[in-house]
Amino acid sequence: MKPVFMTYTKKDLTNLAVCMVLSVLVIPNFITTEYWYTSILIPWLCLALATIGQQVVMGYTGQLALGAAGFMAAGAFAMFNLILRVPDLGFVGSLIVSGLIAAAFGILFGLPSLKVRGIYLMVATLASQFFIIWMIDKFGWFKNYDSSGIITAQDIVILGKPFTTPLAMYFVCLAVTTVLTLLAMNMARGSTGRNWMAVRDMDIAAESMGVSLLKTKVQAFAISAFYCGVAGALFAFCYLKSLEPVAFDIKLSFKILFMCILGGLGTINGAFIGAAFILLFPVLLNSVGNNVFHGAIDATIISSIEQVIFGGLMIIFMIYEPLGMAKLWENLKISLKSKLSSSGIKNTKSSVQKSE
Amino acid sequence: MAYERKFKIGKPILEVNNISLSFGGVKAITDTSFNVLEHEVRAIIGPNGAGKSSMLNCINGIYKPQQGTVSFMGKQIPDITPNIMAQMGLSRTFQNLALFKRMSVLDNILVGRKLHTKTNFLEVALQLPKVKKEEKQNRDRSEEIISFLEIEDIKDTPVGKLPYGLQKKVELGRALATDSSIILLDEPMAGMNVEEKRDMCRFILKVNDELGTTMVLIEHDMGVVMDISDRVVVLDYGKVIGDGTPDEIMANQKVIDAYLGVEH
Repeated sequence: MKPVFMTYTKKDLTNLAVCMVLSVLVIPNFITTEYWYTSILIPWLCLALATIGQQVVMGYTGQLALGAAGFMAAGAFAMFNLILRVPDLGFVGSLIVSGLIAAAFGILFGLPSLKVRGIYLMVATLASQFFIIWMIDKFGWFKNYDSSGIITAQDIVILGKPFTTPLAMYFVCLAVTTVLTLLAMNMARGSTGRNWMAVRDMDIAAESMGVSLLKTKVQAFAISAFYCGVAGALFAFCYLKSLEPVAFDIKLSFKILFMCILGGLGTINGAFIGAAFILLFPVLLNSVGNNVFHGAIDATIISSIEQVIFGGLMIIFMIYEPLGMAKLWENLKISLKSKLSSSGIKNTKSSVQKSE
Repeated sequence: MAYERKFKIGKPILEVNNISLSFGGVKAITDTSFNVLEHEVRAIIGPNGAGKSSMLNCINGIYKPQQGTVSFMGKQIPDITPNIMAQMGLSRTFQNLALFKRMSVLDNILVGRKLHTKTNFLEVALQLPKVKKEEKQNRDRSEEIISFLEIEDIKDTPVGKLPYGLQKKVELGRALATDSSIILLDEPMAGMNVEEKRDMCRFILKVNDELGTTMVLIEHDMGVVMDISDRVVVLDYGKVIGDGTPDEIMANQKVIDAYLGVEH
């Protein structure tokens, strides 16, 4: 398909328009319950952004990394300290600098990828998870010597205007996510993304074509950590509204990893689908428990069932559709289209017969 | 040769001097020297396990030989890596296909344009005008190569889904996309039928003829080797046992013995 604007095809632009109309016009007008914003939409956008970060390093560059939550913590606490200590930066400036600080950690913890790969790299990148959390806990300065352990996040103020209602925060998250998603899409489809995928698919050949493994891997880790850092800052400031290192534990890293795999490795839309699925599935299960079984099933059992189903799905996807839900969605669209067009052929045939 | 070559065979472009390579106690290459002249088609032949692929890997920097040097474009390269050689204008294909399997044919060939891509990731993310210009140039060149290799109909197919013969073509295309002055081809015709081989020969000769690209190829089909190469070097047990024009090689008793076996 021919691109009509920048690298986007007509289909991309329609998709973008649909998403924008849905998220900017439809959702704010039709969803009025705060619950949807504070517990579903805002965390969804934040985690989808972190999952894009995970996609860059894992889905596109093929480096098995497990430490997204560590970079999110770095971003969140950098944001807290920047707003506290450098108020002149403003919210957007602080957000960018927090991302850059996380990216610096990304470079540091991405260096092992030059020597080890696969499951060993995964273990090595765990260091980022534990080191960053430990560092924040160990040195009181990062928490501004707060003794309670949980710090309240500052209010979001952009250009003198406060963004404190759930709807306003939703718009902040939406704007940041939209911009960063488009940038990620540009990179993934351009020469940058080709270098990543070349390293993923066959590193020796990539090197023989002049792709530097060092540069490409470190770049992917840095960009990934930048996305996680910004996501972490938004997660803390718009969703949790507080900062505590425990919120960014290894469970969150695994969650983002699952979102990445279930959504579909090496796809940007998969990040959104995967994040939506993992966030909404427990909600759905709970409401089934409450409404169908009227609370007859214990909540702990429901959460165990959730774990069992996630585990099962992971295995099923790994075996039958490694490209995840994004690929399923793609296949569904293709089969629908072919059904529509084949029924269209039937129609023309019958009209031909009629004319005869 | 009857016809006039557009690019006359010139000075040595690549020189391999006294290379020795061993893996643990196994000697793959022993004290091997030969050269490749500018604009020629040079074949490396030899029985299985003679060290042909290892030789290419030494030239390209994937293996580090214990002894010996490689000179390229008149310069001795002290610390060879695949990346440095690519930047100097040496490209290659691999024996067991090293394509980017999940990427399309066009994207694979576009990766070959890497060294002609100067924009960084930020510029790509922001899609600055110069990124668009450069991308268009690279795409145009890749499309040219695709139509040259007559693979237009599969350009959007993921490479992993293609049959072997076509994958070999794509790999040649990726090497061509680098616009290198020399291309190393590791068994470009392995597993092909007669027709596909004829096509491949045609492409190799056409590239050599029209662009003047120096070709170094490893091949087992003697008919093909004797037909298309200007000079042949024969390896056996990691040593050079013959070096010369196809006619000289065919008359070389050592080569005949290596291939047909000899009574002891």
